[in-house]
Amino acid sequence: MELAIGIMLGCCALGAGICMGIGAVGPGIGEGNAVSKACEAIGRQPESKGAVTSTMIMGCAISETTGIYSLVIAILLIFVAPNLFVNALLKALG
Amino acid sequence: MNRKNRYFIVIDVLLILLTVLPILGAIVLKVLTTPQTEGISITGALIYFTIPMPIQDLPITAAQINSWLVILSILGLCLYLTHGLDVKRCTKRQHIAEWIVETCRHLVEDSMGPFFSGYAPFIASILALSAFSSLLSLFGLYPPTSDINVVGGWALLTFILITYYKLKGGFGNYLKGFTEPIFIMAPLNVLGEIATPVSMAFRHYGNVLSGSVIAVLVAAALQGLSSLLLGWLPGFLGEIPLFQIGIPAVLSAYFDVFSGCMQAYIFAMLTMLNVSGAFPEELYQKRMQKKQMKKAKA
Repeated sequence: MELAIGIMLGCCALGAGICMGIGAVGPGIGEGNAVSKACEAIGRQPESKGAVTSTMIMGCAISETTGIYSLVIAILLIFVAPNLFVNALLKALG
Repeated sequence: MNRKNRYFIVIDVLLILLTVLPILGAIVLKVLTTPQTEGISITGALIYFTIPMPIQDLPITAAQINSWLVILSILGLCLYLTHGLDVKRCTKRQHIAEWIVETCRHLVEDSMGPFFSGYAPFIASILALSAFSSLLSLFGLYPPTSDINVVGGWALLTFILITYYKLKGGFGNYLKGFTEPIFIMAPLNVLGEIATPVSMAFRHYGNVLSGSVIAVLVAAALQGLSSLLLGWLPGFLGEIPLFQIGIPAVLSAYFDVFSGCMQAYIFAMLTMLNVSGAFPEELYQKRMQKKQMKKAKA
């Protein structure tokens, strides 16, 4: 019984870590690309700095979305899922 | 209208009170109702009471109460800014009100086109409600936008608007739009339709929620650090949370102020783009021409 609960908690923590770790890669690469292109654009046309910066921040915030999804999943796995799963296990075993 | 009138000043003071009192009331409500907890605790919105309903009980949570109080506060602010408008003698607050109205109108007309120019009040109210709700966490209150139900409601509103404007091109054309480019893509297109409001809601809610969760974790970690490093000092000196002073404020400036306002802007921007992008202008004009032809024949 203790073993089952331990495995459950460990798997929740492991899943949260993997989820956040892999989920952070995509937005990181995407935002890096966006910022590098914005820097190039500002270097080429310094007078368009304001428009480029505001568009870049908007795009960064949108491409951050997938990272935020994985963060929400990780938070749920750490703070909500263990309670839920352990309760379900206890109920199933009586 | 005389501005030095005593009556005018009394109404001014009342409107300022209407702006400030809801926030103070929320703080008092929080202090009175929050249960004492030890250590780190991350929970959802506090349920104040439930109203029995035939299908399912309706819980009234902190998120709902706080968003109602924010609405009241914004109402008071708007009434205060527009109190005593004058054509000839402009006051400072009239300039501010005019600036807000003009900015919103320009924003909507630039990104939605002239057909949607009536949408300025709707977009402005979404912007204000979202931004003020996120900024509520500066007072230590539960921000309504970190509850998925609140943001999900707004996203549902956007979804209804999108569908309404898609239907303006005719019901047959709306159904036909799902089978493009080929009819096998229909399930994916339906999924994509549902994904728009879901992703909007999750983006906003996830950003605000992650900010508050990270703030709690960092505060707890700093408390642990200060008790580890300074715990050996005698008496009350060891209990001073030295590292908790100032450092969480930097995080709060990013997560609460910058991220909150940014997400409000993005939510409003996406609403505008989705709604105006859903409107099939050519089909609508063709339908209108056909209707006019029929009327002319009859």
